[in-house]
Amino acid sequence: MSSNDEVNDGQSGLSRRTVLGSTVAVAVAAPLVAGVAEATASSSAVAAAAETVSVRVKVNGTMRTVVVDPRVTLLDTLRERLGLTGTKKGCDRGQCGACTVHVDGERVLSCLTLAATTDQREVTTIEGLANGDRLHPMQQAFIERDGLQCGFCTSGQIMSAVAVVEEGRAHSDNEIKESMSGNICRCSCYPAIVEAIKDAQKVMR
Amino acid sequence: MHPYTFSQPRSVRDALSTAGPGAAFLAGGTTLVDLMKLDVMTPGHVLDINRLPLRGIRRDRDGLHIGALDRMSDVAAHRTVRESYPVISQALELSASGQLRNMASIGGNLLQRTRCGYFRDVTTPCNKRTPGSGCSALNGVNRNHAILGTSDACIATHPSDLAVALVALSTEVHLASTQGVRTVLLDRFYEVPGNTPHLENVLRPGELITGITVPHLPWAAKSLYLKIRDRQSYEFALSSAAVALEMSGRTIKQARVAVGGMGTKPWRLTNVEKALAGRRAGEAAFEAAVENAADGARTRALNGFKPALLRRTLVRALTALTTESR
Ligand SMILES: Cc1cc2nc3c(=O)[nH]c(=O)nc-3n(C[C@H](O)[C@H](O)[C@H](O)COP(=O)(O)OP(=O)(O)OC[C@H]3O[C@@H](n4cnc5c(N)ncnc54)[C@H](O)[C@@H]3O)c2cc1C
Ligand code: SF4
Ligand code: FES
Ligand code: FES
Repeated sequence: MSSNDEVNDGQSGLSRRTVLGSTVAVAVAAPLVAGVAEATASSSAVAAAAETVSVRVKVNGTMRTVVVDPRVTLLDTLRERLGLTGTKKGCDRGQCGACTVHVDGERVLSCLTLAATTDQREVTTIEGLANGDRLHPMQQAFIERDGLQCGFCTSGQIMSAVAVVEEGRAHSDNEIKESMSGNICRCSCYPAIVEAIKDAQKVMR
Repeated sequence: MHPYTFSQPRSVRDALSTAGPGAAFLAGGTTLVDLMKLDVMTPGHVLDINRLPLRGIRRDRDGLHIGALDRMSDVAAHRTVRESYPVISQALELSASGQLRNMASIGGNLLQRTRCGYFRDVTTPCNKRTPGSGCSALNGVNRNHAILGTSDACIATHPSDLAVALVALSTEVHLASTQGVRTVLLDRFYEVPGNTPHLENVLRPGELITGITVPHLPWAAKSLYLKIRDRQSYEFALSSAAVALEMSGRTIKQARVAVGGMGTKPWRLTNVEKALAGRRAGEAAFEAAVENAADGARTRALNGFKPALLRRTLVRALTALTTESR
């Protein structure tokens, strides 16, 4: 986590959603992800693009303040700005579920969530599930049931699975399959994932 | 992604005064953010409307009221919706995924854009995206495309499941702009492409959907949404049917019928509704009633199976609704 692109909340005098002046904005916007930086450079409307938004968001229990280009997704903010690379980018189009996180306790896709909309909200990522060294029951169950092969979809699967149990949508194999259908696994670990969710559910209750 | 400025208005009045040509409202973002990444939508200003007081599901004498910002998952799970309008709840439950339903709003759902692959690919001609550029689907990959309400300018299918259920129930949409408020029947809200496929509805630039009202219809408690698709879940409809029946014993008194996956807009089938009235429920009767359901259909090279699929989807939906134990 680099400190230069993140304003520590305790030291920040910024008010919420402050639209910063251009001097500050340029300094802070420099480390944006490549795609966005290119888009900015190639555009004639650089002035408009330089506008940034200050976001105060609680991530895994810690209040963070990030100053972002309003085009940046929560997914890129977590990975590129906050160093939380556990959340994966699969399709970046809302079609695979690899980027699933919880916002205010609900599972959502971080690739279709603009970071600018998460001001004053609470985000939980895969890094925030374990209690110190004690894994969350769902993490433990995925390991015990071999609910993964390459592991690329796994953090999204686990974040979704935790929410599915909390939503009370894991009463049968079919209900689990239907409510987990937004998480695609290229390695096709689906049967083991269903077993893991059934195991974890017993411990979570 | 094209650059844009961003604001988060707190009142409808503030939102409307900033809205207009070149600006886009952001609700769940599951259509808008996706299409902005693809450069299909390029607003210069994005208005996050999630702080506006446009939420709340309630029922009164007029019917069921739902706010534009209520989420698909909340509406699907709402007790009144499940019990009194199961077709709405089912259409939502069969849409997208759990994550997307938590994000997506009712207003945004009604305004989602077509999934036509050419519309989403800025390197190909598409009249809907770039008026006058041509339609790549006419002689392209058109298996999923519409057979009803098409034109030589565009054959894109309307993708919303919810809208099919709502059109069957004669739902009204409430709109607000700096000019004032108005209410439009959802069926009339949507427009067929004609020569202007980029104009999909009667919404004016800067106009906001504030909510919808589903009219009071006691017999909608007997209703159902059937969705046929290429995989069992997390896929758009190849064909779908929303049906509601008022029964007197085994005899149908009245029916409401609309189909999805077939039209350039959610397609109400009043001819089938009339043909069903007075019939005794049964597969042969249903087959007779849906005989002309696909009248006026125009098929293309790869979607010639759709008229038959439409009729079979209807028969299956009607059969399921009249044989389930109630
Ligand atoms: C992978 C995937 C699968 C999907 N599967 C299905 C499916 O099976 N069935 C289905 O029906 N849908 C499906 N969807 C589509 C999804 O339901 C829509 O994207 C969603 O409902 C849009 O709602 P939103 O709140 O996210 O809209 P947004 O993306 O926020 O907005 C969509 C459009 O509406 C405008 N808008 C939003 N709210 C208002 C308002 N109140 N007034 C005026 N304009 C407004 C926006 O400016 C934008 O143009 C799927 C989407 C994805 C990504
Ligand atoms: S069918 Fe409509 S949306 Fe698809 S390419 Fe043709 S004009 Fe564009
Ligand atoms: S990366 Fe978000 S759904 Fe695929
Ligand atoms: S474990 Fe490889 S994609 Fe799921």
